[in-house]
Amino acid sequence: MNTPISWIKAYVPDLDCTTKEYVDAMTLSGSNVENAVELDKNLEKIVVGKIEKIEKHPDADKLIICQVNIGDGTIQIVTGAPNVAEGDLVPVVLDGGKVANGHSGEKAPENGIKIKKGKLRGIESNGMMCSIEELGSSRDMYPLAPELGIYIFPEGSCQPGDDAVEVLGLHDSVVEFEITSNRVDCFSMIGMAREAAATFRKEFHPPVITETGNGEDVHDYISVEVQDKDLCPRYTARVVKNIKLAPSPEWMQRRLAAVGIRPINNLVDITNYVMEEYGQPMHAYDLDTIADSKIIVRRAKDGDTFVTLDGQERTLDKDVLMICDGEKEIGIAGIMGGENSMVTDNIKTMLFEAACFDGTNIRLSSKRVGLRTDASGKFEKGLDPNNAIEAMNRACQLIEELGCGEVVGGVVDVYDNPVSEKRIAFEPEKMNALLGTEVSSEEMLAYFDRLDLSYDKESNEVVIPTFRQDLVCRADLAEEVARFYGYNNIPVTLPHGEATAGKVSLKHRVQDIARAVAEDNGFSGGMCYSFESPKVFDKLLLPEDAKERQAIVISNPLGEDFSIMRTLPLNGLLTSLSTNFNHRNKDVRLYEFGNIYLPESLPLTKLPKENMELTLSMYGDGDFFTMKGVLEELTDKLGITDVTYEASTKYSFLHPGRQAVVMNAGQEIAYLGQLHPEAADNYSIKDEVYVAVVHIDALMKLTSFDRKYESVAKFPAMTRDLSMVMKKEVLVGQLEAIFKKRGGKLLESMELFDVYEGDQIAEGYKSVAYSLKFRHKDKTLEDAEVTAVVDKILEDLKKLDVELRS
Amino acid sequence: MKEKLNAIRQAALKQIENAKDLDALNDIRVSVLGKKGELTQVLKSMKDVAAEERPVIGQMVNDTRSAIEALLEKERTILTRKLREEKMKKEVIDVTLPGKKKMTGHRHPNQIALEDLERVFIGMGYEVVEGPEVEYDKYNFELLNIPANHPAKDEQDTFYITKDILLRTQTSPVQARIMETGRMPIRIISPGRVFRSDEVDATHSPSFHQVEGLVVDKGITFADLKGTINQWAKEFFGPDTRTKFRPHHFPFTEPSAEVDVTCFKCGGKGCRMCKGSGWIEILGCGMVHPKVLKDCGIDPEVYSGFAFGIGLERVALLKYEIDDMRLLYENDKRFLDQF
Repeated sequence: MNTPISWIKAYVPDLDCTTKEYVDAMTLSGSNVENAVELDKNLEKIVVGKIEKIEKHPDADKLIICQVNIGDGTIQIVTGAPNVAEGDLVPVVLDGGKVANGHSGEKAPENGIKIKKGKLRGIESNGMMCSIEELGSSRDMYPLAPELGIYIFPEGSCQPGDDAVEVLGLHDSVVEFEITSNRVDCFSMIGMAREAAATFRKEFHPPVITETGNGEDVHDYISVEVQDKDLCPRYTARVVKNIKLAPSPEWMQRRLAAVGIRPINNLVDITNYVMEEYGQPMHAYDLDTIADSKIIVRRAKDGDTFVTLDGQERTLDKDVLMICDGEKEIGIAGIMGGENSMVTDNIKTMLFEAACFDGTNIRLSSKRVGLRTDASGKFEKGLDPNNAIEAMNRACQLIEELGCGEVVGGVVDVYDNPVSEKRIAFEPEKMNALLGTEVSSEEMLAYFDRLDLSYDKESNEVVIPTFRQDLVCRADLAEEVARFYGYNNIPVTLPHGEATAGKVSLKHRVQDIARAVAEDNGFSGGMCYSFESPKVFDKLLLPEDAKERQAIVISNPLGEDFSIMRTLPLNGLLTSLSTNFNHRNKDVRLYEFGNIYLPESLPLTKLPKENMELTLSMYGDGDFFTMKGVLEELTDKLGITDVTYEASTKYSFLHPGRQAVVMNAGQEIAYLGQLHPEAADNYSIKDEVYVAVVHIDALMKLTSFDRKYESVAKFPAMTRDLSMVMKKEVLVGQLEAIFKKRGGKLLESMELFDVYEGDQIAEGYKSVAYSLKFRHKDKTLEDAEVTAVVDKILEDLKKLDVELRS
Repeated sequence: MKEKLNAIRQAALKQIENAKDLDALNDIRVSVLGKKGELTQVLKSMKDVAAEERPVIGQMVNDTRSAIEALLEKERTILTRKLREEKMKKEVIDVTLPGKKKMTGHRHPNQIALEDLERVFIGMGYEVVEGPEVEYDKYNFELLNIPANHPAKDEQDTFYITKDILLRTQTSPVQARIMETGRMPIRIISPGRVFRSDEVDATHSPSFHQVEGLVVDKGITFADLKGTINQWAKEFFGPDTRTKFRPHHFPFTEPSAEVDVTCFKCGGKGCRMCKGSGWIEILGCGMVHPKVLKDCGIDPEVYSGFAFGIGLERVALLKYEIDDMRLLYENDKRFLDQF
């Protein structure tokens, strides 16, 4: 919402503050300022000058030499402007002054343009005459300004030496407010002026609307029938005849231009002016085009088409409200009028409409029809029906005042269920209790009074005018108190009462530990989207019937790439690895915590399972066992024992010979492996990629922070090294299982120290060497005891055809 | 005998003083004090000494031994020290050579900001809770006083799965879920991922994070809200941070406010980061709307509360002066390594 301060002052004449004071105070009372443009920015030393004499430049055909009276003297100015004559009053910037812009009016420089005296083709020039563009404005705001030339003041409007900026009314600022959706009333100059008056504690003088109309009765010209009252709570109409189109007065044009509306003619300008002033959109129809002198407000039919006044054909449906005459549709209610009834330069008699339409319907219709206008933008916020008649009468008043036509007496007003004022009990103690303040009731009532909220002493109620549809309950009133008491004057305290313990969930703790482990192993935290493309499944080589393909689909995604909720966590980090690889970053390791979304059934009827997954991914330095080491460290830190790594071919996107599932008590808690080379190819990573996915929810259930101290061994250990030969297929895990089982309590630890294939080992065989450490907790072990245990181990190894290397 | 001992003593002492290294000292020890050493020989010849002289000679032998041993020990200490000094001289290193680093990972800036934030609130007695990201309309909108047909529910803002299920647009549904449990008092923060239908650009992302805060108890006031936010701002942005509460509108709070903090780059003087204003908008907050309390089963005449919502990315971007939000999701090593 753009508001020139000068326009606000029209209703708050005592408002006297700088732009900064205005912006700061309005912001603190709840009208947030998005932007404030000072129209006199960079305009310095600019006065009214009267051109006394013009001579030709001796050395340049296109230049003239002017003697200009600037009040306290006469200065010589050389100019190339074609439009000045002796006797003209013009804005003159003096030596050392500043203008806002070049004469082209394009893109103003941040700090303006400094003007210095100098010589033009040898002739001294002591200033510059200005165009309206050089003054930082436009011909839209100053319609009398010539195209490409010096601005010339109307004769008698000012004297040489006057402040030219003042004369032009440019000592003004246009302030843009961010109006929140609840404050419909503030989408108008009057609404903002009321706020300004209340903020600065000044008198508020809204326009005084006078009786308008001739002796005729509007009902003789037009009748109105509203068929869909739910969508049109109020419809008012008046008629203006003997219309005389002309430009509107300069003050009106300037105000409109200042808020970004291009002036057109008196009729259109009045409509727009009242829309800005009252926040009520109005529409004008050529009465002579309306069949049967009749307006009918009804829904369109599915598939109807209609040409709006911009010449576009629009397709309608049964929920679009239309304004019709006795035969045809003449406008889309609240959005745009029709070409068939639009006001042209030949207009004689006009039907003026100020109505109230259902905001939601207008919003949805405007979206379906694909047409959003200034009017629909206002209607969709849900306007006050009582404002419509005010705006209508104000417009007619302006029509009469500006001599734009003859207003026919009376109003057609279809308003079956008038909106009445609401009432809220006045409970100052409870408001103070909510705010933590001690504002007196008198002070509260004074705030309310400035907002046109009255107090009914008898019932102890605050009476809410209908334009404040946002005030419904005590908390709403408390906010009004807080706004004008000043949010920043409210005390600062901390909640008291029962103490609570600050804490985090187990899941949070598990994540903290996992994060530390990952980072300690060189993995950096990444962040990825929760939605992705269904193409991901093909990139990850998932079979057609894979359950992961059963993903939740977003009904209105930003595009296919963001259209399904991920059921696998890998794509995000693989995409990031790909980016890194493409950027030639070496040895990249990333981790991410994020949910996968698993629907119980599709389409979704209840919320999906959201499983937290820790994903680790890397390329460059490191291999499968680097990744495995991270997982081992993680389970160890979380106190999870009995973890086994089982070779697997379960995951299509992993190398079939280099993947494992991590199990505990028959349940998968993680998986890891090398990314399938084809999948790596799909992500354009030309290196071995290793990934691991840890199911945090499963891990969490196994996590234990219980630790019991075990005494440090006092007796010496005995070590036996076993160097073994076996078929390649035998897994080290199988050996370890045997060591553990047969080693029993005496086996303290086992350490793999060599795996070898090649020379001296038969084809298809490998050599594996372990160092086993035995210890008894209460005594020094005898050699024979250890030998007995090792023998048992060897016995079992034989069953796997594992031989000791000779 | 006496003379002999004296001669041994003098000779040994001289040798010791002239010894150049530890080996020489050891040789002297062996040759004088060893089993076959000179002094030992003297001791062996004691049997030839008259019985009455033996104690005197014995005493002399012991004195001689002690003197030699003492000097040996002294010289050994000196020599050892000297040798160590010489060795260390050769061991001088260039301490400006780079340190040996192992490859360590870096925490994501968003996560760091979150942890900084959580730490403050946990210290103030808040529990960290989470809620679902795929959420019912009921919790995301309806219970938060955002009825059907409210513009905020428009498809242009919200990703829908079905008519009733959507991707939460805010962390506020956690408020409703916590209040519904009926446990009092409530003092929680709830960080998490939220989704809005915004195209990706330097300042927008269709997915980002919020941290929701909620306190409900008897007698909670707007002043308490101010105090809490002030405390957090000082802890989070620095002790000199000031706040500015501006009236605003949210459907689920009344009164509502937006909060600015003094620009943490220029301290409020005005700079490029705060666009010259000296203030930076940081969060939205307010007193929980009585209708929201009521709809969640809490009597607004007995209880009151406040809520706030902080945009995590916004805070992280500002804090680390990151100028493009896309960097947070790109996960480029050269970016992440900076944190």
